[in-house]
Amino acid sequence: MLSREALTQQLAARGYIVDDALAMSVFLALRMQRPLFLEGAPGVGKTLLARVLAELFDTRLIRLQCYEGLDISQAAYEWNYPRQLLALQAHARAGGAAPSERPGTAAGLEATDELYREAFLLKRPLLQAIDAAAERAPVLLIDEIDRADEEFESFLLELLGDFQITIPELGTLTAKHRPIVVLTSNRTRDVHDALKRRCLYHWIDYPTLATELEIVRRKVPGLAEHLRRRVVAFVQRLRREELTKLPGVAETVDWAEAISHIGAAVLDPPTVDATLGLLLKYHDDIERVRGPVVAQLLAEPA
Amino acid sequence: MTGGSPAGRGDGLGHDIVGFARALRGAGLPVGVEQTEAFAQALGWVDPLVRRELYLAARATLVSRREDLAVFDELFARFFGGPGPGRPSAAAHATPLAPRHDRSEFFRTALVAYMAERVDPSAREVEVPEDRKAASGAELLQRKDFGDCTAAELDAIARAMRELRFEMTLRYSRRLIRARRKGRLDLPRIVRDAARRGGTVAALARRCRKLRRRPLVVLADISGSMELYSRILLQFLHGVTQRHARTETFVFGTRLTRITSQLQIRNVDAALDHASREIVDFAGGTRIGDCLRAFDRQYARRVLGRGAVVLVISDGWETGDPARLGAEMRRLAERAHRIVWLNPLLGRAGYEPHARGMAAALAHVDDFLPINDLRSLHELAARLGQIPRRKGQGSGAGRASARRNTPALRAPCPHAPPGAPRSSHEA
Repeated sequence: MLSREALTQQLAARGYIVDDALAMSVFLALRMQRPLFLEGAPGVGKTLLARVLAELFDTRLIRLQCYEGLDISQAAYEWNYPRQLLALQAHARAGGAAPSERPGTAAGLEATDELYREAFLLKRPLLQAIDAAAERAPVLLIDEIDRADEEFESFLLELLGDFQITIPELGTLTAKHRPIVVLTSNRTRDVHDALKRRCLYHWIDYPTLATELEIVRRKVPGLAEHLRRRVVAFVQRLRREELTKLPGVAETVDWAEAISHIGAAVLDPPTVDATLGLLLKYHDDIERVRGPVVAQLLAEPA
Repeated sequence: MTGGSPAGRGDGLGHDIVGFARALRGAGLPVGVEQTEAFAQALGWVDPLVRRELYLAARATLVSRREDLAVFDELFARFFGGPGPGRPSAAAHATPLAPRHDRSEFFRTALVAYMAERVDPSAREVEVPEDRKAASGAELLQRKDFGDCTAAELDAIARAMRELRFEMTLRYSRRLIRARRKGRLDLPRIVRDAARRGGTVAALARRCRKLRRRPLVVLADISGSMELYSRILLQFLHGVTQRHARTETFVFGTRLTRITSQLQIRNVDAALDHASREIVDFAGGTRIGDCLRAFDRQYARRVLGRGAVVLVISDGWETGDPARLGAEMRRLAERAHRIVWLNPLLGRAGYEPHARGMAAALAHVDDFLPINDLRSLHELAARLGQIPRRKGQGSGAGRASARRNTPALRAPCPHAPPGAPRSSHEA
């Protein structure tokens, strides 16, 4: 098992820079085998952390994207109904006692048993994550849990508490290797405390200047250092403005890449105005910032 | 439950952990046994004698809401002496804790003074024969402006409000439930039935989308100009919260305060007492635009999902920039399913929404209704159950007409002939 310093380095080697607070949360989540609950604005790297962890442990990433109305059949498992129906028909035609007039008799029950076998089970992400057949623990990413409904949260409680799923027709399936679970939330609503209690909670903030510089240095190596400083400093200042959607780290990286492609020698107001769409995704925000505000932010001393 | 980890080094620390967890609970953080155990367990993996390590481990295991970080840091410093060197926590640039003056005390004295003034004997009612008085008393109370009521009348109104029934309008959620005839096929059920019948599909079971009550978000003005109405409206909002679980309530004047959890307390007096303790700017100025902005940034994403209906209760006296209020209302209108603006002055004789703030806001409002007497509350209750399913449909007071650039206002006439519906926007 990795030490905290090694973990920080290994993540950094894969382009993911963590501060000591996040390093502690990830480290403890791994050691204590608890799910990690990441909350924060869009674009601060919540989902990316799960990807990098999967890469780091050389294991499978199983991703469940949440949405309103997500239910067990899409998240955990579903019976393969067409195949079940076919099997039933075949069973009846093969001269199996036709139990249609006598439901509940031995033959009828037998047919039922036959139907609810693992062969007829479709494994969705959550069930895949605790699949006993897997060689090593996968990383399970439950993305944007705030989009799912409250009912789905209560279903997750069983999974995250005991790492098992109960299928009424089949019994309880338990994980042989506990998956590394990462839940993310953009906070469009509050997630229930009972769910959070089973996790280690961490609020991911926008990175500090130094951290963001380091991220851009690794992601966009082609960008000259003086431009990199200007780019990151500008984004950091922009986040102090009153905007509908503040630019995330992903936007900074995209923008830095664009600046690098343009081959601009300096970061001047026209260049920024022309490429603002990579940083800000709302028309109102762009209108608000374009021109004087951009010039003012660029002119601020470092 | 420490799982063989070398936790609880030294009894002193174990003692501290329990005490610290208790202090956090006392400050309102949801810290349960599980968290405390996790913290103790985590100490097995860090050096608890290094303050920063202790701090990080405690924070990772004991905090489960961003807004608790500030309180956590403060209590940690008090218990263990500072979060240790390192990057300042996220809480540093979150909103600082509001000073907790005893606003309830202020609130109570102001209220008593106000009530004493109301029961001024010179304002005695006209003599009415006893039997007629009893008959018309209830009817009169229905139409009596809250601002003109005596303490006793307000009490009677509060009691009558408890009888108020309302059902929040519905929306289709994306969850599926069993249905009789319509909807898509319910294959799991069809297979189960077929298995029981040996493979014969006898009937097609179906599922359809579940109906849900829409969330309700209330933004209530409690500034000086609303003083006469604040208390009775808070009582009303308490009733609403008790009946409709998905209600979020915020009050504002110069700043925005969330009082949802306070209003969830069952006893109305206790609830209002707790709520007024949260509020730091009772009966002050009004900066509606700024407060809507604060709402937008801090809460809108969390509470306006799922097709919420928004009630704004205010007289529209904006001391800030009306243009800003207009811009914020537009943003709110984009996110909400419907905006109902309730203005107590609307019920008063001769009121015209000339206040610049009100005029700026109206372009983005779907329903513009009075809220100044018991009858207006009844009408509101009825209205909330009939909000159309499609956004912005129906009786648009301003929103729809604003698109056509005609500020069509339908300020209802308070002196309509008896029998005529007073606040009919449908015409």
